[in-house]
Amino acid sequence: MSTVFIALQTNEDTRPIIEAIEIDNPHAVVHRQPAMVKIDAEGTLVIRKATIEEQVGRDFDLQELHINLISLTGHVSEDDDTLTLSWNS
Amino acid sequence: MDMKVTKKKLGLKEKYKLMTRDLGWEPTYHSKDEVFPYVGYEGIKIHDWDKWEDPFRLTMDSYWKYQAEKERKFYAIIDAHAQNNGHLNLTDARYLSALKIFLQAISPGEYAAHKGFARVGREFPGVGTQVACQMQAIDEIRHAQTQIHAMSNYNRYYNGFHAFADTRDRIWYTSVARSFFDDSMSAGPFEFMIAIGFSFEYVLTNLLFVPFMSGAAYNGDMATVTFGFSAQSDEARHMTLGLECIKFMLEQDPDNLPIVQEWIDKWFWRGFRVLGLVSTMMDYMLPKRVMSWREAWNIYGIENGGALFKDLARYGIKPPRGWDDAEKAIDHMSHQFMLGLYQWSFGTAFHSWIPSEDDMNWLSAKYPDTFDTYYRPRWKHIKKLADAGTQFKNYGLAKLCQTCQLPCVFTEPDDPTLTCHRETVHEGETYHFCSDGCQHIFENEPEKYVQAWLPMPQLFQDPINGDLGEWMKWVSLLDGKDNGDYAGSEDQKNFEAWRGLATTNQ
Repeated sequence: MSTVFIALQTNEDTRPIIEAIEIDNPHAVVHRQPAMVKIDAEGTLVIRKATIEEQVGRDFDLQELHINLISLTGHVSEDDDTLTLSWNS
Repeated sequence: MDMKVTKKKLGLKEKYKLMTRDLGWEPTYHSKDEVFPYVGYEGIKIHDWDKWEDPFRLTMDSYWKYQAEKERKFYAIIDAHAQNNGHLNLTDARYLSALKIFLQAISPGEYAAHKGFARVGREFPGVGTQVACQMQAIDEIRHAQTQIHAMSNYNRYYNGFHAFADTRDRIWYTSVARSFFDDSMSAGPFEFMIAIGFSFEYVLTNLLFVPFMSGAAYNGDMATVTFGFSAQSDEARHMTLGLECIKFMLEQDPDNLPIVQEWIDKWFWRGFRVLGLVSTMMDYMLPKRVMSWREAWNIYGIENGGALFKDLARYGIKPPRGWDDAEKAIDHMSHQFMLGLYQWSFGTAFHSWIPSEDDMNWLSAKYPDTFDTYYRPRWKHIKKLADAGTQFKNYGLAKLCQTCQLPCVFTEPDDPTLTCHRETVHEGETYHFCSDGCQHIFENEPEKYVQAWLPMPQLFQDPINGDLGEWMKWVSLLDGKDNGDYAGSEDQKNFEAWRGLATTNQ
């Protein structure tokens, strides 16, 4: 199966987001590189607003991800509660 | 007592519908064909523009809010960099060569992309597409401006940054990136989207921005990490737009498939050639390297690009025609290009150098099948000449590829000891190419590429008439300052002296 990934800047904003992604995607592999964190996941990666909110302790708008996003792959599907990356193949 | 009333917020989908799709209208004074005259001539058939999906559903109000935040972050760091002598925290001033190439060749490309998206945003009839292109047009001009602004801090102290606009227009190696963007901007709107949105943004920019910016962080360059990541935070949206555009074309009509495939083939190879510059920046110009060009290609080319083409196979899309030749070139291209840059270093507005023994050992570990066999012996020979005081300079003019405009320095895909060279005769004129890929692109559209401005023929025209000194003036290259070997350069002396001052009380 193909791998999707998301890469985020390394900073205080993304630390809890990365923790939330790890909670929701036990199959994901986190690579910490200089100034960035790249998270690979086979098939699908799901980012959940509710999990991030538990980690940051405040309301979180998923579009805030745009500020610290570096790159991603896969088809993006977004609604108010989740952002999903996936390949169809 | 005031009662606090929670304001009802619109959901993402509802907000996107109201603030994007509802902005459109049906023209009544003129027909749609008159309002959008360029949308049909490429042969792409679109039946329903409302089927265009923007997965991020970003609306202009949110766009301004998030972009403003990105700018605030950017300028906070740029200020800190300027206030704290950030330029002296670099690993080594050799690193600046990579930045100079970036400023002269890539940042003007961002500006060109801005103009391109402003244009196609006007030419596409769909509202979702128009808004997405508008955002990207604004992003791209922001990238050009923030990059120039960030690198202006280096212009105060180092050579080679002072005339990037002239360099962009006139010097030889920048014409590679320039012709790529000019080619895309002079194509139709759908081809432009494949060129920039899909091939460049989706398939290739990860290779440019992600490991290179991480490399900037590794080399202590706070300014570049900042503009790089600030730009990159927009790229994820651009990539999604590029992928969306290709799916949209393929889903709208089966007749679009062969046209789209031809564009993917063309623009993959065009982009791959531009990345020749990046391979050299990664393997040779970062004093401290995060990963080799080969390792980056394995992750972002093979794994990521491979997954993408596997996914698009359901529409009948095949991997680009040059894919196998690209793979064969990966272990050679950075070495071949750096050898070229070194022998022509009198004509570059950045420094190159002979790699140290340590650097060569790193390269042979990263390129076990090629470096020691083909490239270390050449560097050793060049080092011997330099040590004897007879630096190897090639005053012969490079033969340029008519399509990608790189000098023909690359080898045959299956024989790294033989220079690759192709020729096509078109209306009595002979045109030269660096590869099958570039020859094929020319032969599909000869009327376009015979018009290409090539920097070498320019040398023999007014006001230069074949005079090297006049050429240097014309391209704003300061001989003995901007060009030549890094060893012994002003940049090297100044960096070492200033860093010495910064760490002692002399």
